[in-house]
Amino acid sequence: MKININHQEHEVADGATLADVLAALGLDGPGFAVAIGNKVVRKADRASTVLTDGTEIVVIKAVCGG
Amino acid sequence: MSELIIGGRSFGSRLFVGTGKFQSNALMEAAIKASGTEMVTVAMKRVDMTDRDDDLLRHIVADNIQLLPNTSGVRNAAEAVLAAQLAREAFGTNFIKLEIHPDPKYLFPDPVETLKATEELAKDGFIVLPYIQADPVLCKRLEDVGSAAVMPLGAPIGTNKGLVTRELLSIIIEESNVPVVVDAGLGAPSHAAEAMEMGADAVLVNTAIAVAGDPVAMADAFRLGVIAGRKAYEAGLGGVCRHAQASSPLTSFLDD
Repeated sequence: MKININHQEHEVADGATLADVLAALGLDGPGFAVAIGNKVVRKADRASTVLTDGTEIVVIKAVCGG
Repeated sequence: MSELIIGGRSFGSRLFVGTGKFQSNALMEAAIKASGTEMVTVAMKRVDMTDRDDDLLRHIVADNIQLLPNTSGVRNAAEAVLAAQLAREAFGTNFIKLEIHPDPKYLFPDPVETLKATEELAKDGFIVLPYIQADPVLCKRLEDVGSAAVMPLGAPIGTNKGLVTRELLSIIIEESNVPVVVDAGLGAPSHAAEAMEMGADAVLVNTAIAVAGDPVAMADAFRLGVIAGRKAYEAGLGGVCRHAQASSPLTSFLDD
């Protein structure tokens, strides 16, 4: 199935969880946060968040700023 | 000097430092150390999967540093609340610098959306430091809805103009029951010292340090300026007079 991370399409296995995808892409370390449908998905809930085709995921990280 | 407490945390330095505009993360890290700051701002952006740049946090995170994530880039209260929740998840802190400035030319903060977001975030347990115009009425309204501090601007972001809003800042400082952090527009250590002499609880400086010829030396200069200004405030500045007030005896001791 296809999902979108920050508007970029990714092919992932059916039944993949958010934790699976983030780990595969190296986005599961400290300093990252994730939202689906404008709701933050906390670290503790990522493994139980099963993705479906077309899921839109936002991943943010720290950058310099004042 | 007396200690500064925000959100239950004590800060030994009254200089907060932003991390934007440095030529490199290594230079930023050295400037942060030279500044003596214990509060450092960071922004957030969507991860670019094609450009996995240097890990910023490893240059900042230390036992004595409180991260202050900002919400720069949001346009309204709803976006700011989501940004704050993302920041809490990413950085493990309830501290948030709330900035909602939809106008790209002057980056003036939206007072209505800022007030709405502050109320919602404070109820959700955030330690909210809102970036705002130097508006004494707004500061009291923010205080009423649970703002942990207020961050009125001295001048527009990045302008280095200093305390353009001086008169309004002095009223805010006089009336506020929460710490007042003068944010934005401070271009020289003398500006920071002046804000501290007026009784500001802290200042936040970014551009003036980051774009200096020697950012590390400038960070140290701001450190000294803030200390000098705060010491002068606590010592009690003398009054200002129109006429001369002799500091030496005026007796004409050479006259016959």
